[in-house]
Amino acid sequence: MNSPAIPAVRVTDLTHSYGDRQALNGVSFDIEPGEIFVLVGPNGGGKTTLFRILSTLIPLQGGAASVFGHNVVSENQDVRASIGVVFQSPSLDGKLTVSENIHIQAALYGMSGSVFQQRKSELLSRLGIADRANDRVETLSGGLKRRVELAKGMIHHPALLLMDEPSTALDPGARSDLWELVRQLRDELNITIVLTSHLLEEADRADRVAILHEGQLVALDTPNALRATVGGDTITIQTADPEDLAKAVRDTFQLDAVLLDGALRLEQSDGHTWITKLVEAFPGQIDSITLGKPTLEDVFIAKTGHRFWQHEANA
Amino acid sequence: MTGISMTKLQTTDAVRAAWVLCWREFVRFFRQRNRVMGAIVTPFVFWILFGTGLDQSFRMSAAGEGGQGFREYFFPGTVVMILMFTAIFASISIIEDRREGFLQSVLVSPLPRGAMVLGKVLGGTLIALFQGMIFCLLALTLPQASVSLGSFVGLVLLMFVVSVGLTAMGYVLAWKMDSTQGFHAIMNLVLMPMWLLSGSFFPIPSLSGDNWGVMHWIMKLNPLTYGVTGLRYFMFDLEPVSGESFWEPGMGTCWIVSVLFAIVMFVGACRVSESRTTGGT
Repeated sequence: MNSPAIPAVRVTDLTHSYGDRQALNGVSFDIEPGEIFVLVGPNGGGKTTLFRILSTLIPLQGGAASVFGHNVVSENQDVRASIGVVFQSPSLDGKLTVSENIHIQAALYGMSGSVFQQRKSELLSRLGIADRANDRVETLSGGLKRRVELAKGMIHHPALLLMDEPSTALDPGARSDLWELVRQLRDELNITIVLTSHLLEEADRADRVAILHEGQLVALDTPNALRATVGGDTITIQTADPEDLAKAVRDTFQLDAVLLDGALRLEQSDGHTWITKLVEAFPGQIDSITLGKPTLEDVFIAKTGHRFWQHEANA
Repeated sequence: MTGISMTKLQTTDAVRAAWVLCWREFVRFFRQRNRVMGAIVTPFVFWILFGTGLDQSFRMSAAGEGGQGFREYFFPGTVVMILMFTAIFASISIIEDRREGFLQSVLVSPLPRGAMVLGKVLGGTLIALFQGMIFCLLALTLPQASVSLGSFVGLVLLMFVVSVGLTAMGYVLAWKMDSTQGFHAIMNLVLMPMWLLSGSFFPIPSLSGDNWGVMHWIMKLNPLTYGVTGLRYFMFDLEPVSGESFWEPGMGTCWIVSVLFAIVMFVGACRVSESRTTGGT
């Protein structure tokens, strides 16, 4: 057993580049054992590179990374033995059955015999795919395939489960199921789970979130703590002429109004009191006005100065 | 179930994992019927057509002096073609493994790369051997075929060695490739000439003949030549003859070159496997 003093993952000043493009630029953080940790960021933000470094798929260029105290370069065999990896692109052999796929995976980790059989049936029933064990993987739905991937990643009792964009290509129902499973695995088996995601709403379900943007760590905390950094409520105003209104709001109330996607956005404490003030101050100019608690997207905007999806579209 | 565990792989575990990967190749092969048919039907048609068409003219030439017709002469070459097609197509499936993502889960596991190569190469080899043996049953229709136990054992062993060399060679060629399209160029530029110039289709000219020096050396330097010739000896219980017109290596040389080729290619496959580590495209 690892002592609690050893973090499940430690990355220190990690840098990585592809040619001229800097994918990671001085990223450092620790992940504690038993955490559900989400690396979130727009595509091209560096999360997949980080995932590949932790799963020993690509060499380390700069900085250091360790998993349960084992260096990912010099002790990569120890790292490989202690991690389970669920890839974004499927890693299943469609021509083989669910059971055969898991059998191969177990063999790669030296598992066999009754230990393997017991573990397999336990996992398959936990993941709700026991009745599909003898079906060829190519006949399964996307959600079920993802469960088989999860079973593959879990078969050898990994202490750390790395999942790259696990909810990609899953419908909302399957995504919800997946998260329930992830939580169950952590609660019952106390394994550390690290996921990457490009969906901010997904990051909300994690214990802690790291936001990666252009290769840098721009925020790291629990979702609630991150939202608290934004402060106050978010007021969004839809209007025919946002620029004029923004100017008017600034002049009249000395408020910092930001234009985003053709809408006006304000961050204020006591947001509800501002709703009436604004509507009364600019009669006829406001089409709609909404009040919301800050989301992780607001955190992203606050930290990077632009919208999450907008950045992704430009990336 | 406990959360934290470490799986250290013993050598026996690695060998067993290699065997499981080899078994996977077998299962995949037999679940894709077009592959089963494709690897054996084309060479069979070649053998029937060329064997029949060229039989008479071959008997009349110097190469047919021993009484061999082209059907007999071409038989070991056809077997090697089957071994080549099957072996190479089995190992280029590494491209599919990469594209379909299967490879990445092998690469992040603690399995040594050598064991991964062993599984892949052994799988391809056994499939090739299986196909080659089926075709060899046809040899029984040839009056000159040798049917002794010694010849049979020698034949199977040499086919095994040749298949290991070819599968590993396919692996080396395919490892860096991202798509199977690129492999067609390799097929036309490397594999077909290698097969044609191995004594499969026509005998190796001796140095004494006119204008044949270059051809003699190309064929002599082709490692596949030794596999084809060795198989011919076993199939027809022949002794090497090197006359004025043609050249043939001795049995010992056939074994040494074929085994060396297999070893070099296998080591090469292990070496290239270390070179690229991302399992996906």
